[in-house]
Amino acid sequence: MKPILECKGLSKKYNNMCYALTNLNLALAPGQIVGLLGPNGSGKSTLIKLVNDLLIPTEGVVLVDGMAPGVETKKLVSYLPERSYLDPSMKIRDIISYFADFYENFVTDRAYHMMTDLEIDVNARMRTLSKGTKEKVQLALVMSRDARLYILDEPIGGVDPAARDYILRTILTNYSEDATILLSTHLITDIENILDRVLFLRQGQLVLNQTVDEIRMDQGKSVDALFREVFRC
Amino acid sequence: MPWDLDNDRPIYLQLMERIQQDIIAGIYKPGDKLPSVRDLAVEAAVNPNTMQKALSELERSGLVYAQRTSGRFITEDEQMLKEMKKEQASRHIAEFFEKMRSLGFRDEETLSLIEEAVKEEH
Repeated sequence: MKPILECKGLSKKYNNMCYALTNLNLALAPGQIVGLLGPNGSGKSTLIKLVNDLLIPTEGVVLVDGMAPGVETKKLVSYLPERSYLDPSMKIRDIISYFADFYENFVTDRAYHMMTDLEIDVNARMRTLSKGTKEKVQLALVMSRDARLYILDEPIGGVDPAARDYILRTILTNYSEDATILLSTHLITDIENILDRVLFLRQGQLVLNQTVDEIRMDQGKSVDALFREVFRC
Repeated sequence: MPWDLDNDRPIYLQLMERIQQDIIAGIYKPGDKLPSVRDLAVEAAVNPNTMQKALSELERSGLVYAQRTSGRFITEDEQMLKEMKKEQASRHIAEFFEKMRSLGFRDEETLSLIEEAVKEEH
């Protein structure tokens, strides 16, 4: 099957700094939930920004469904950035119709349904919400699109454990079988069971690309334990 | 409620064991239809592909069979279910004896302790 995400010799250098990503080669088949893991500064966000056309590669290429990042790939990719970009003065219901206008594959009913489940008042303005609630709103918006590739940068970092369970359930119930989810997080234990595969990044290089059950079978330990071992400070 | 899974063993194996356990406990009866892969995955809070693998393995073992369009069902082969139950029992017993040995009991001593315990219960 054609990979949904492919990187060939992908490198990124910021100004005169050292490389944030070095010669990354990767091909992800569709229909998987993939964990992008690595310590701070390992290149996770750089990779994610390259896929979303927010950065230009220094060398090499990144392809989404065979295309270079641009307008066409943005139709296929639903992206949750690490920071909010929503207008704080907007009401949630207005943001929902804004998204419905903007993205052809946005499912309005699903967005309202999720807001209800999460007990979020759609008449509230973004500004009035707590940090955790803002994160929930953004994730709900991102998961309300019928995308081919979801890219979630730290989707569960700031929310309480109950909402975390709901969010993981939301991810499991809302992605279609041929969609792919790439998510970065430090909370490995919480998400380990829902992942097919994990990628370990270290100093801009891909040091591991294996399924969770392969790791458990070969090493007899969890991904979390392996991470702590590989990246021991 | 997510299923309780160990950290250090392959997830699909644990899902298989859990479903076998549910069959033995009578939660699923012979001939019952299993929930869909997606529903089971959400219930267990695991990846649907991993659940799919667990069910395929159960299918290979014959414990579960698939009907082209209508889903997966528990086998009605009572003999097979009985054997699976016996296998699980042997495993528990072996584990128990192992633990007793590590406490310094010889198997005969363990046996007489069991007999005592059974008498006390009645």
